[in-house]
This record gives sequence, C-alpha cells and structure tokens, in this order.
Amino acid sequence: MAQLSVTDLSKTYPNGFTAVHPCSFEIEPGEFVVLVGPSGCGKSTLLRMIAGLEEITTGEMRIGDRVVNDVDPAHRDIAMVFQNYALYPHMTVRKNIAYGLRNRKVPAGEIAQRVTQAAEMLNLTDYLDRRPSQLSGGQRQRVAMGRAIVRDPALFLFDEPLSNLDAKLRNQMRIEIRALQRRLGVTSVYVTHDQVEAMTMADRIFVLNDGRIEQIGTPSEIYHRPASTFVASFMGAPPMNLLSGRGTGNGAVALDGGQAVPVPLDTESNRPVLLGLRPEDMALDGAGPIAFDIEIVEELGAHRLLHGRLSEQPFTVSVSKDTEVGTGPARLSARPGAVNLFCAEKGHRL
Amino acid sequence: MKRARFDHRLLPVMLLVPQLTIIAIFFYWPAWNAVHSSFYLQDPFGFGSQFVGMDNYTRLWTSSEYMRVARFTLVFTLLVTGLSLGLALLLAVKADKVIRGARTYRTLLMWVYAVAPPVAGLIGVALFDQNIGAITDLFAALGYDYRLGVSYSDTALAMVVVSVWIQTPVNFIFFLSGLQSIPKPVLEAARIDNPSGFRRFWEVTFPLLAPTAFFLLIINITYSLFDTFGIIDTLVKNNPASNPMTLVYKVFIDGFRGNDIGGSAAQSVVLMVLVLILTVFQFRLLERRIHYT
Amino acid sequence: MTATDTAPVSAVTPRRRRLKLETVLDHAVLICGALFMLTPIFLALTTASHDKVLIQREGLQWAFGSETLTNFNAAMFEPGGFTGDITGATMLMNSFILGVGFAVGKIILSMMAAYAIVYFRLRFATLAFWVIFTTLLLPLEVRIVPSYEVIQGMGLTNSYTGLIVPLLASATGTFFFRQFFMSVPEELVEAARIDGAGPFKFFVDILVPLSRTMIAAIFIIMFVYGWNQYLWPTLITTEESLFTLVRGIRQIVQAIAEGSEIPDYGRAMALALIAMIPPVAIVVTFQSWFVKGLTETDK
Repeated sequence: MAQLSVTDLSKTYPNGFTAVHPCSFEIEPGEFVVLVGPSGCGKSTLLRMIAGLEEITTGEMRIGDRVVNDVDPAHRDIAMVFQNYALYPHMTVRKNIAYGLRNRKVPAGEIAQRVTQAAEMLNLTDYLDRRPSQLSGGQRQRVAMGRAIVRDPALFLFDEPLSNLDAKLRNQMRIEIRALQRRLGVTSVYVTHDQVEAMTMADRIFVLNDGRIEQIGTPSEIYHRPASTFVASFMGAPPMNLLSGRGTGNGAVALDGGQAVPVPLDTESNRPVLLGLRPEDMALDGAGPIAFDIEIVEELGAHRLLHGRLSEQPFTVSVSKDTEVGTGPARLSARPGAVNLFCAEKGHRL
Repeated sequence: MKRARFDHRLLPVMLLVPQLTIIAIFFYWPAWNAVHSSFYLQDPFGFGSQFVGMDNYTRLWTSSEYMRVARFTLVFTLLVTGLSLGLALLLAVKADKVIRGARTYRTLLMWVYAVAPPVAGLIGVALFDQNIGAITDLFAALGYDYRLGVSYSDTALAMVVVSVWIQTPVNFIFFLSGLQSIPKPVLEAARIDNPSGFRRFWEVTFPLLAPTAFFLLIINITYSLFDTFGIIDTLVKNNPASNPMTLVYKVFIDGFRGNDIGGSAAQSVVLMVLVLILTVFQFRLLERRIHYT
Repeated sequence: MTATDTAPVSAVTPRRRRLKLETVLDHAVLICGALFMLTPIFLALTTASHDKVLIQREGLQWAFGSETLTNFNAAMFEPGGFTGDITGATMLMNSFILGVGFAVGKIILSMMAAYAIVYFRLRFATLAFWVIFTTLLLPLEVRIVPSYEVIQGMGLTNSYTGLIVPLLASATGTFFFRQFFMSVPEELVEAARIDGAGPFKFFVDILVPLSRTMIAAIFIIMFVYGWNQYLWPTLITTEESLFTLVRGIRQIVQAIAEGSEIPDYGRAMALALIAMIPPVAIVVTFQSWFVKGLTETDK
C-alpha cells in the first residue's frame, strides 16, 4: 500500500489563481521523492498541502490508509524541515527538538532518550544546550532535521532545506540527508528548485511547471527521456539544445537554418518539431554529418563547453578536457539514441 | 497579513472583545455625546435641553475670548514646537559627533522625558515665583518686574519655557536615533565629495533626517496642543482668570466651571477635527517616510 | 601607507588644532544643554533641603541645607491635603498601582488584539483594526467632559477601575505588536503547528518569549506614561485617598495659590522629587530598551 496517495488534488486560491491543477500520484513506503520546478510552479504549495498548512480545494489525500484532507497538521503524522529552518530562537537545541514531543504528551523519560538518540545521529550532542543563534548554518540545518526525525513520522517533508547554505555545505548536507533517509527508511517528499539536488537525491522526480506535473520518473528517465521541452530544458546544466525545424517524412529533420539531421524515427512531413540534443551527447567528428560554428570555448576544468551556432541557431556542445578545440567551423556527430523530438506547438515528446 | 493562520472562530473574537469594549464605552460613547450635545443648549439647572443647530459653533467663532485663546494656542504651539525641535536638533547633532562622554550626554539630555508635566509645572511655579523664583530674580537684576500669574505675557513665557524644557528630550532621542541610523558609507561618501562640514549637514545629513523631523513636527504640535495641560494647569494655579490658556484647557474650564455643556461640547468637536487633520497629515508623511527609507 | 602616515606632517598639525577647537565647542554646547536640563532639578533638590521660612525670605536656594530629611519625611509621611488622610506614601502607592496597572493592562490588551488580527482568519479583522486606530483621533483631551459623565454615570469615579480601565485601549501598543508579530517568520507558526501547538500554546510558548524585549520596552514607556497621567486622575479621583503623586501636585499648587499661610516650598519640592524619581530611575536604568521602544513604537 502506498504511503501517500493523492487523487485529483488541486488548489485554487480565493482570488481565482490555480496554484496546483488536478493531479494524482502515489508515493511508496521508503521512497525519496523530489518535487522540482522553477519558482511559482506550485511545488511548495503541493508540499504545504501534504503538510496540511494549505487547504485542499478538490481531490483526496491519504497518508497510509487514512484520508487526511481535514486533518490538522499536528495530527497527520508528518514532520517538516523548513527553508529557514524555523527553529524557535528562544529555545535551546534540546528544547527545539523536544517541543513536538512535549506537545504530544510523550513521557519525559522517553523524550530525553529520543532527543539523545537523534542528537547522536546528527552529531549534535555537544550543542544540545545552545541556542540556535550560537550555531552555524549547517548545525541549524541539523537541528531542524533532528526536530523532524525525533518524531519518527510516517512522512518527512522538506521545503528547500539547503537553499540557505553555501555551495560546499550544500553538497555535504545533500549526502547526509540522503544517507539519513536511507538509514531511517522514512518516506520523504523533498522540494527544491535545484535540478542537481533533484537528480542526485531522488528515487523519483516530479517535475512541475505552472501548477502541473510535467513528468514523473527516475532521475535517469527524466534526464534521458524528458517528456516535454520544459523538462528537457529545465533538467541538466547546460540545458538540452532545442533546434527548431520540420519533419521530412524520411527519417530526418530539416532545420530552419538549412541542414537536415537524421533522426531515428519517422517524422510526419512538414510538421514543425523541436530537435533536442544534450550537449554531452554530441561529439566532435571530422566526418560527422552536422556542421557547427564554434564561437566561444568555455573552460570548465573537467570539461569544455563549446558555444556557437548550428544552422544559425544557438547550440552548445560539451567535450572532455582532453579534446583540443579552437573557434571556427567544426563537424559534429550525435551519439546513437541521443536524439529527442518534441512537438513544436505543444512541447510534448514525439 | 500572514499566510499561515489559525482557523478558530470564537477565540479571536474573545481576544478582541476587551479592547473593543473599552473603545466603545470610553471612546465612542463620550465622543458621540460630545457631537450630540454640541447641537443642544443645556438648561443651566440641568432640566432638559433644546436643539439649537449650529448655534454653539457660531457662538465660538463670534466669541472674542475663544478667538483670543485660539490665537494664543497657535503662537504657543509654534514657539514650543520650533524651540524644542531646534534645540533638540542642535544637541543631537553634537551628541552624535562627540566621542568622549557620548553616553553620559545622552543620559543627561534625555532623562527629563520621565518628568510629569505637572511636576515640571510645579518646579516652574517655584522658579518663576514672584517672591522666591530664581528666574524672577534674574529678571529683577535685568531691571524687569516679572509677575507670574498677573502679567499675561509673563505667564505665557513661563508656559513656553517649561514646555520646551520637558519636550526637548523626546525630540533629542528621535533626532539622535535618526542620525545614528544614517548609513555610515553615505556620510563617508559625502566627506569625500564635500569638504565643508556645515554644508554637508544641510545638503546630506538633514535631508536624510527630514522624515524624522516631519514626524516630530506633528508629534510636537500634538504635544503642544494636548499634553501641556498639566503644565498650564499648574502654572495658572487653578486661577485662569486673565491668564493665557490653550484650547484644550478652555474645554476643561468651560466644561467643569462654566457649566456651558453645549459650548464645551462644540469646542471638543473642533478639537476632534483638529486631531483628525493632524493624524491624516501624519499618515501622509508616514507613507512618504516609507518611500524614503 | 607609511608615506601617507608620515610625510604631510605640516598639513596634519593645523588640522588637528582646528578639530580640537571644534570638539571643545561641541562639548560646550552639550554641557549647556545638560545644564538647561539639570539646573531646575538641582534647584528643586537644594531648595528641598531648607526650611520654608528661610525659602520665603531668601528665595530658592543654590546650596544644600540641613532640612532635607525633615522635608522628605514630611512629604512622605505627614498627612497633608484638605482632609488630612493622605500621605506621600499613600500617593506613591497609588502611583505605582496606576503605573503598573496601566502598563500591564495596555500590554495584555494590545497583545491580545494584535494576536487576533495577525494570526487568525477573521472576517472583521480590518474593521477591528480601524476601530482601534480611531482611538488616536479621540485623545482624552478632546472628550474631557463627556468621558467624565460616562464614568460618573457608571458610578466608577473614585475607584481604581475607573482610574485605570478607561485608559487601557491602546492603538500604538496594538500597532506595535501587530508590526512585530508580522515580522515573526511564518515558518515558525507552521513549524509550531506541525509540532502540535494550538493557538494558545503558540502564543504562550513561542510568541510571548519572542516578544520579551518588546514587552519590556513597551512596559517602560507605558509605566512612565501611566505614572505621569494627570488629567484623568484629576477628573476621576476627588477622594484624596486615591490621589497619585502627580494628582497630588495639583493640591499643593492650590494650597500655594490660596496663600493663607507661608507656602511650604521645601516640602513641595520634596514631593515633586519623589514624584519624579521612580519614572526617571526606570528610564535611566533601562535606557537602551526605552530608546528602542520609543523610537520604534511611534514610527
């Protein structure tokens, strides 16, 4: 049985704005699901609806086998880690972690034991009697985690928990959170706008755009077989190249700027399409079928990005650090199976 | 307003009830009574009253005494506001500048805030007393026969001095905190652009302080009109006969001594309108203040 | 660096001298200001140490005399007034009751109202806000007579209730707490709700402790403000046993004005000093809180 299941869920604000269009999905026990999308896409609203902080307009939501539509956040058996941590500034770390248990009338002895356990797990034992203001960003983040795990909830909710940390700490905490979640086996829903976090942490990714779920899939599926141009351009850095052209009807796409690129599926003649090619799926190949004009070479250390034009459309290619290149004309070939085709009008995958 | 709110219905109402009840009983009801009785003429012996329309108001405009009090109130307000703001600004600028003893000066210049107006008035009575007053002695040495409570202008002088004395500290506090909240880099940039300290003050510091000054201007006008009651009441020693007084004090005197309920009520309504104008002003300025910062 | 530090010696010296003169002037202005503030109180203090006959004969005294204790003792413990059943100590007590009752009452009522307005889905929240706001338009001074009549009609004259309760509505206090509550991060409410705290628990466990500094600052301002109330006590209390110190000043002034006997300025100054010591002490002791509260409430 699914840990969280949602049927035709939607959210419309009193002012008429629909933040989340009707959607249905299930999340399995122990799964780590990441909701990703640009700001304003509805991912936070969806999470807050799961938490019970936002009312549900239509549809049904179950946690375990219980319908929770009208259940108070405190009684949903969830825990949440907030973007700004939302630690109680006047309480010590110990009290912060214990507050939720105290309100649930857990016996004092058990509270102490569970707080100690959580603190050990998070390396917070030495800081239990400090105030949040005396802690570093990473430590505060851990206290927020501690407050969540001490409750042993059915569902863990994360609302962009790493966005206030610097890049280095973010990488470290990403691994810590994932490891902790594995160890505890708690079902988790994690909201972020950072596609790297989504790719590295998720069992499954939900990509949201404009209040709709564009695609649900494993990181690999999302990356290699994006369901729409939005997913294709949102996931991956640098993003997938999208070239506009028309189908030829005989296994190729005629690009607007002139050249034709062979594609592995038959395209309806004259149909406007977008041809999607990941920068790292392209290779410099003197005998390649595609002409490319390199304008700028961006040195990134581990690899190089070649920015330029392909049939007068902007195009980027990523090559390994060992490939020597300069600006000027070059020829490319695409890795087999790397070609994505999208409907130019609606953006969906063909 | 907050996104996250509690859903209870009765609780917020119960939280608001105490304050709203007090407002209804002790603010709205008396205010309504004032407006109401300002259109009636009360029988001096307390038997009934008679609707007289705007008579009570026209009586005010045509009363030379009321107009004299109004004129005095205007002059008094201008003097107290101008002097206490000017003095406070000067002191705040200096206190912001000195390094040594800054805290001590701050304390010495602000503590008078806590002295009650009538207590200040009583000290004023002593200082300006005809027989024993130190300031009276000073005037005598200058060859002037100072008479508190006898000479109209002499009493007015005492009122202004005591009012300025007690109002300067609050202005000082606001100016000082206004000066201290001006970003240091702005002042440093000005020092690089402009060598004259005096011009720097008027061209950079003061404009940045202007929102505070505007705000204080309103506060001071309100203070001069209303909060000086205790000072005036003690300085005229309960004997307003020929002494200067403000509009507020006249409401009090007419209402409790003169038994002119209708007239006093009309005066109250005039003051309400005055407060309304001042408050509207204050909020217009407040808006601008927000744009400023 | 070293070059700029050492080279223009000739340029630095005159500049230093000018700075010094400026500093002296600054201090002179500040000292004059401080003297303007202090001298009246100093005179009150020295005069309070002399006998009334001497004061009447020689005027206010600039030096300390020997009667300090006598005068303060008389002001504090000798019955005064017309009926003779009130001492400085009783008035001091009444002043404390008024000051504390006023401050505590205002803080409680305005926190409650602000909490309701900010944290609840309330249809008439805006209306309530405006009702509270309009009290700013109706200061006591503009409705003196009708307010007195209302209190008299309710039979509340000469009672602590009549003295304190009508003053407890506070637009500034409510605005201030509203402003502060709105600055509290929303996530804190959400975290508390997930932690199982209802509106009451959230208020007591989170919001009140968070507001501690604000409460302290407002308390200081309101205590001083309440202690210094004059017009309202003058209207409401005619029984001397309910007089506050500030209200008592009126009685002293009247006694001086009657002029039937030698006015006791020594004792009067002693009483004036007693009336100002508690609020002044609080303001000076908690200066930074007081300044913070003052500049932030009124803005």
